[in-house]
Amino acid sequence: MSSALRHVFLASLWRRRLATTLSLLAIALGVALGLTVQLIHSAALDEFGRGIRLLNGAADLQALGPRDGFSDALYPMLARSPAVDQASPLLEIEARLPDRDETLKLIGIDLFRVGAVTPALLPMGEDPDERAPASGGQLDALRPDALFLSPAASAHLGLGPGDRLRVQVGTREQTLRIAGGVPGAGVGQRLAVMDIAAAQQTFERIGLITRVDLRLAPGVSRATAQAQLGDRLPPGVALLTPEDASSETLGLSRAYRVNLTMLAAIALLTGGFLVFSTQWLAVVRRRQEFAFLRAIGLDRAELRRGLLAEGGVLGLIGGLLGCLLAYLLTALAFALIGGDLGAGFFRGLAPQVQFEPILTLIYLALGVLAGLGGAWLPAREAARMVPARALRAGDEAEVYRARPRWRTALAALALAALCCLPPPIGGVPVFGYLAVALILTGAILSLPGTTAWAMPRLPAGRSTLWRLARARLTAAPGQTVVAGAGVVASVALAVSMAIMVDSFRGSVDDWLTRLLPADLYLRASDASASGYLDAEAVARVAALPGVAAVRPVRFETLRLREIGGETSGEAGHAMALIARQVRADGGLPLVAGTLQPPTGPSVPTPVWISEAAADRLRLGVGDAVTLPLGEQPHGFQVAGIWRDYARQQGSVVIEIADYRALTNDSRTNDLGLTLTPGTAPEPVMAAIRATLGEQQSEMILPGELRTMVLEVFDRTFLVTYLMEAVAILIGLFGIGTTFAALATSRRKELGILRHLGLRRRQVGTLLATEAALSALVGVAIGLLAGGAIALVLIEVVNRQSFRWSMDLQLPIGPLLIFSLAMILLAAIAARLSGAQAMRQDAVLAVREDW
Amino acid sequence: MKHRRRDALQTILAAALCLGLTLLGGAAAKDFAPVLEGHRLAFPEDNGAHPKYRTEWWYITGWLTDAEGHDRGFQVTFFRVGTGLGADNPSRFAPRQLILAHAAIADPATGHLLHAERAERALDPLSGASVGNTHVWIDDWSLSQENGVYQTTIHSASFDLELTLTPPGPPQLNGRDGFSQKTPDPANASDYYSRPQLAVEGGLRLADQDLRVSGQAWLDHEWSSQILPETAQGWDWIGINLNDGGSLMAFRMRHRDGSTLWAGGTLRHGDEEAQILSPDQLHFEPGRRWQSPRTGAVYPVEWVIEIDGRQLTLSPLMDDQELDGRRSTGAVYWEGATRLLEDGQEIGRGYLEMTGYWRRQTGL
Repeated sequence: MSSALRHVFLASLWRRRLATTLSLLAIALGVALGLTVQLIHSAALDEFGRGIRLLNGAADLQALGPRDGFSDALYPMLARSPAVDQASPLLEIEARLPDRDETLKLIGIDLFRVGAVTPALLPMGEDPDERAPASGGQLDALRPDALFLSPAASAHLGLGPGDRLRVQVGTREQTLRIAGGVPGAGVGQRLAVMDIAAAQQTFERIGLITRVDLRLAPGVSRATAQAQLGDRLPPGVALLTPEDASSETLGLSRAYRVNLTMLAAIALLTGGFLVFSTQWLAVVRRRQEFAFLRAIGLDRAELRRGLLAEGGVLGLIGGLLGCLLAYLLTALAFALIGGDLGAGFFRGLAPQVQFEPILTLIYLALGVLAGLGGAWLPAREAARMVPARALRAGDEAEVYRARPRWRTALAALALAALCCLPPPIGGVPVFGYLAVALILTGAILSLPGTTAWAMPRLPAGRSTLWRLARARLTAAPGQTVVAGAGVVASVALAVSMAIMVDSFRGSVDDWLTRLLPADLYLRASDASASGYLDAEAVARVAALPGVAAVRPVRFETLRLREIGGETSGEAGHAMALIARQVRADGGLPLVAGTLQPPTGPSVPTPVWISEAAADRLRLGVGDAVTLPLGEQPHGFQVAGIWRDYARQQGSVVIEIADYRALTNDSRTNDLGLTLTPGTAPEPVMAAIRATLGEQQSEMILPGELRTMVLEVFDRTFLVTYLMEAVAILIGLFGIGTTFAALATSRRKELGILRHLGLRRRQVGTLLATEAALSALVGVAIGLLAGGAIALVLIEVVNRQSFRWSMDLQLPIGPLLIFSLAMILLAAIAARLSGAQAMRQDAVLAVREDW
Repeated sequence: MKHRRRDALQTILAAALCLGLTLLGGAAAKDFAPVLEGHRLAFPEDNGAHPKYRTEWWYITGWLTDAEGHDRGFQVTFFRVGTGLGADNPSRFAPRQLILAHAAIADPATGHLLHAERAERALDPLSGASVGNTHVWIDDWSLSQENGVYQTTIHSASFDLELTLTPPGPPQLNGRDGFSQKTPDPANASDYYSRPQLAVEGGLRLADQDLRVSGQAWLDHEWSSQILPETAQGWDWIGINLNDGGSLMAFRMRHRDGSTLWAGGTLRHGDEEAQILSPDQLHFEPGRRWQSPRTGAVYPVEWVIEIDGRQLTLSPLMDDQELDGRRSTGAVYWEGATRLLEDGQEIGRGYLEMTGYWRRQTGL
């Protein structure tokens, strides 16, 4: 068998080099894309996990509150609790670096406390002037300007001991001195450490901390401690396990990761289809060869094994190539876009490419599986033939006589519809993806039936070639299955992504336009960083000539310990709080409720929650909700539900006047400026820079911001676009190889046509027409399937992964052009690949039969 | 066992920071009030902390005897350190004052010191040093005074102490009415009083032994902004409870070459009036030496001390009473239980402290 395997089967792969190469490429691309996504994420997650472990240390529980922190009076209370062995207070700040226009994670620590829980954060002093321990250097770690950089931060900023670093606080600057390092932080974490008192003072956070890490007394369980201490915590402060706290971020990135993996899986599936079509045709072409081999003693099982081996070898080589490519792509991605695939989940990490043996093996196995899977049906078909009949010429037609499989197709589609109903599992829309797979299966299964149904209904026409093509496809609908399966899969994928991304983009665009009513936006830094505008800065800007009105926006976060009356896994996770003008400005893209709720003394304070918040809190319009503001519970009423694409974790909007009355917090993060009519924004921007400082503010015009956000959007979906292109390429490969093989296997038929007087060019046209008709059916089904998949993606997958809705938008023009192009390209591919077959002498071709 | 992890913490922490005793000299003396002669100590106010001065300590040393008659030495020290930092910082974490604590047990059965330490910034109510009365604490380590009786509680991995210490009489002022000059320059001085002959009662846990103990102890309370000049290498100090009910405190500051830079002391016999010893009345003569196998430092563990012609001999409870703080506080010194002999007869028991034998004692 082994020599037969080598000579008969594997050698055949070598003989049809083009088809083999294309199959290899398709599998390699599918494997490469899938593995790259996994490699990048596993490296990023690894580094992220390392960061989490580093920052959490040996903490059993963490007290967490709003982003800007909670009262540090809580720390002694926690530290003295009998349930607590060790308590370490932390103040985390994203410090804006005005000269670099970036931020640095800065952690204020009590160095007498941090060692018990997170020893990796201990600063190590390094005095550049005095090598010997000098009395003056002993207190360095406590000095108000002493900053200690992790190795990664030190390398990134290019700063060492003795250097200065400017940080922004509000709209002012403070200069810190690099006093040493944080050697325990490892090489992948960009962070800085300073004394907690110094951090409170420098960043104007006196009285505030953002976290208390707790180690519990021996014998005290986390649940016991949570129950005991929970009641003594003020509203808005939650006691989470480090796993809970870190799953906040991991949960956000997971949906994105799963989506990408699914796309890669679809690419791989398409690769499998290509193997299927090339193998199928190889089997058809070698039908007599196999019959002969069978006649001289090769048994059924051996034949099947041999053909499966062909597929397996394709899969293996393609898989190996794909794995290699994946590592190259990963390295390239880390070098070019960093570890977060453009989605911004893992900023501040510097992950390294690592060899992942298990992941690699899994993807290699997937490649082999795609090859074997593609070869499975053709092998079964070949093994099933009766040698005596197959030896006769013209028997190939048998294999194209595919039965319609309406029942199975309909069952798949019905099942797909059912799959849209169940909720996600662990935040992943498993059933949604299953529905996508089922729709794809159903679409492909309906191919032969549709072809058989559609062809007789095409106008008969007067052209001989048209009639020939139509007759051929009506009689052998299996041919379209072979040629069309890849087309259906790739068109469905491309179309669904196109519709989904277009809908998403359109919705985001609309959302942005409504959310940005002002003429100019001003901020001191990103809302999570240390810059902000105080009341005085806002007043100065408002007083500038040309400024008609200002709209301050304050961003905070809040934590609800109980969700819907029960403590669920997500309880205590942060939610965004946005304080802004709503009634006066509108600008919230509502999906339910009103922007103008009734006012009056007895009416509860209104709150507008995002779709994600409505999901998480299980709230509807008119419901009452209690939110912790300034460590006090306050009652609100849901006035509306709005669409928020920016904050997956959910967001809550309240009137800024209400917010300030309840919290006494007068800081502003973003300031929208309405200019007096006829005022150009540029002079106003110059005036603001003169007022607040050249580097201390960031300004943007709504148009620019819109462009920027959409750019980020496009970058995020770059991977998607890449996948689409690959899918289309694979689909076209499929048509090309199919028709090349078809033309070869139909040499005799084409020879007869030549004898009957068809010119070579006309045979080419015949093949092109057949291809175009096959593609037409494939594209039509692909369009329908793509539309259905897009609906599932929008209504199920996105809704469940990201908890937001979008308006369906059909890019009809582009889809039409795309469809026509596919059909045309299919015709050209068939015409080109058939050319070789037509070069042969017609007489010789016919004589082969006798 | 709350203290186990705490000790691990202290080790890690101090290793990274070289805090502790060496840190006592962190800030410049000019940030603090100078100790001036003529200032009258007033009690009970001066039992409390003096945050205007740079460093301050409550230093308890003594001998404990258990029910079976075994003798052990013990030391409990609380330091308050002004850092000169954070004066303008309204943060509750502002590191204006640090509280450090050391505790050690000298048990001949062990052969070396058991010791533990803690460090915190003063942060009410977790740690601090009260003004006006003796109350200094770090979490569950504390020293306080109520109705004249001192109480101290220490928890660590290797031992726990829970002691009451009752003074028999009023504080013993050292130097000139509590002004204790440390070098020829009166700028190097401290306010200094002692509470000798403290009657000790309480409990000592060692590994899994819970012992009832009693004995005599000595408390020093001293504060200053500047003691040790650049030219000084270290000091030798004794605090001895005499069997006749009296007390002897003597110290000398050493030059880098080992010669005496300054000396002083207070000697009281029974109920007699205390005698303030001037540098020329005191002579320290080192005797038998012992080399530490850990640090290689050589300490004179036996001494002859001449006071106005009287020859007194110091003999240690055990040789190895070196406190190796290289991995924690960065300070290495010998602090041990000692007998005082005259003509071969034990006339008192107390503690001997020797610093600057490993490297120059910085700070203080």
